[in-house]
Amino acid sequence: MSKVIQWIDQRFPLSSFVKHDLVEYPTPRNLSYWWNFGFLAGFVLVLQIITGIFLAMHYKPDASLAFDSIDHIMREVNYGWLIRYMHAVGASAFFAVIYIHMARTLYYGSYRAPRELMWWTGQALLLALMATAFMGYLLPWGQMSFWGAQVITSLFGATPFIGEEVVIWLRGDFAVGDATLTRFFALHYLFPFIIIGIVIIHLIALHHVKSSNPSGINLTAKNNIPFHPYFTTKDLFGLGVFLIIYCYFVFFNPEFFIMAENNQPANPLQTPPHIVPEWYFLPFYAILRAVPDLLGGVIAMGLSVMIFAAMPFLDRSKIPGGAKYRPIYRAMFYVFIIDVIVLAYVGAQAPTDFWTLIGQIATLVYFATFMLLPFLSKYEEKRLRRQGLPPEVEELIRCEEACGCSKPK
Amino acid sequence: MTASESDNKTEIPEEPDRRQFIEKATCAVAGVGIAAAAWPFVSSMNPSSDILSKSTVEINIGQIQTGEVKTVEWQSKPVFIFHRTATQISAMQTSMGSNIDPQPDEARVLKSEWLVVIGLCTHLGCVPTKKPEGWFCPCHGSRYDNSGRVLRGPAPKNLYLLPYQFVSADTLLLGKA
Repeated sequence: MSKVIQWIDQRFPLSSFVKHDLVEYPTPRNLSYWWNFGFLAGFVLVLQIITGIFLAMHYKPDASLAFDSIDHIMREVNYGWLIRYMHAVGASAFFAVIYIHMARTLYYGSYRAPRELMWWTGQALLLALMATAFMGYLLPWGQMSFWGAQVITSLFGATPFIGEEVVIWLRGDFAVGDATLTRFFALHYLFPFIIIGIVIIHLIALHHVKSSNPSGINLTAKNNIPFHPYFTTKDLFGLGVFLIIYCYFVFFNPEFFIMAENNQPANPLQTPPHIVPEWYFLPFYAILRAVPDLLGGVIAMGLSVMIFAAMPFLDRSKIPGGAKYRPIYRAMFYVFIIDVIVLAYVGAQAPTDFWTLIGQIATLVYFATFMLLPFLSKYEEKRLRRQGLPPEVEELIRCEEACGCSKPK
Repeated sequence: MTASESDNKTEIPEEPDRRQFIEKATCAVAGVGIAAAAWPFVSSMNPSSDILSKSTVEINIGQIQTGEVKTVEWQSKPVFIFHRTATQISAMQTSMGSNIDPQPDEARVLKSEWLVVIGLCTHLGCVPTKKPEGWFCPCHGSRYDNSGRVLRGPAPKNLYLLPYQFVSADTLLLGKA
């Protein structure tokens, strides 16, 4: 065995890669369980790809066959029910894990220098994940599948001048139809592999800048410990907890995330009385509905997803460390989280005047937190410095200003 | 600077313009080539001939009672054929809809008792539900009157019209004016 590895090592840096990036990879000793979610996202990605490939062996991407082929998977394919429920619950799990991963990054300020590219590749991953989930949701060809795709493809109709042509081009038909289903299937199969590519870039960047940590300060070498066995163990424990929750839904409550309406085949002539997107799109859907104008709504919704990318610019504070050391930022973080939950709730309600108003207020708060951040973060920094920071922190800020890196030399 | 580099400098005739022109021309030709090669793929995503060929459909409207709406399919889209009552017609003829997209009722019908519109909300393409005062879109709450004119947003436009003609008193041909 060692001879084989030796043979490989002369031709490919296998042992040194394993040693450098898996075993001895220096990891901050103070990482909490909030740092498990990147690993969990990677796990769910693999799970979705495996279950997805096996589903594709039985699924038929044809408007006249798709709905029945899901039934076929559920009733006749050996363990088809299991693979489908794993895939369906896995989609929700993916978003849950990613949203927690993002919230952790926001709370601890991990998007700040030198990790901006991690944050931006993460933003690209979020967009790719949303696109994949949206296209996958059409495949069962139920009522919600159909009308969800109809509404979201219509968003592109807001494109100036060529809106209608763009929508027809995307659908390959004058309304969502067989052509749309087939291309969504092709792209739904392709996108996970693009996601893998971006994940690799995300990880190369990570291994260059190393993990952030709850203190928000880059640690010295003596505060790092090897990834294996300390964090392999910690990640695997977190995986166990995750799997308990995941398996509860797969085995005991698999229809929890599947809307009853979607068990009816797609009907292009009848919109369901109340159409609701999947839970992970609800806040953005509420923002779309809050603006009483098509183009404005589309812009607001696009901006609500893309504005995260601006975080490294919007946060102008030089105070190192996460929200724990920044009272105003921390308050804004919690306001934002509560606001997103309110938006999600509003997104699930029928569009009455009352809920539209609540949605408009929550949309305003959503964007206000981002727009106020440059001013509040600067004000907070001045206030904290007036109150007096510990000399070590002042030293860190001086070093940051002097050499553009917060690593103590 | 090494000897070979300085040699190169003297060997190449000083005609940077010519060199730059060749580089730019190469890039331009390559760009056009890539765009031309991409076009078939982009175009393949547009509706295919069989979808385009289903452009007209004949509908018998003799069975539609006064006050009743029939929803039929044309070019994969629902079309509302609404047989309006006399009161509805007079109410619509005296109004211009709302100021979102004002339009007289006469401009929206061939015969005033028959309203023929595409049954998709102009906001995001849901099928509005018939109410006594017009239509209501369940997705985002847009409202339309009995002429298909938008009364309340977020829909930006009145329900779209389509080309159609009366082949006989009882038969409509959708897709051809």
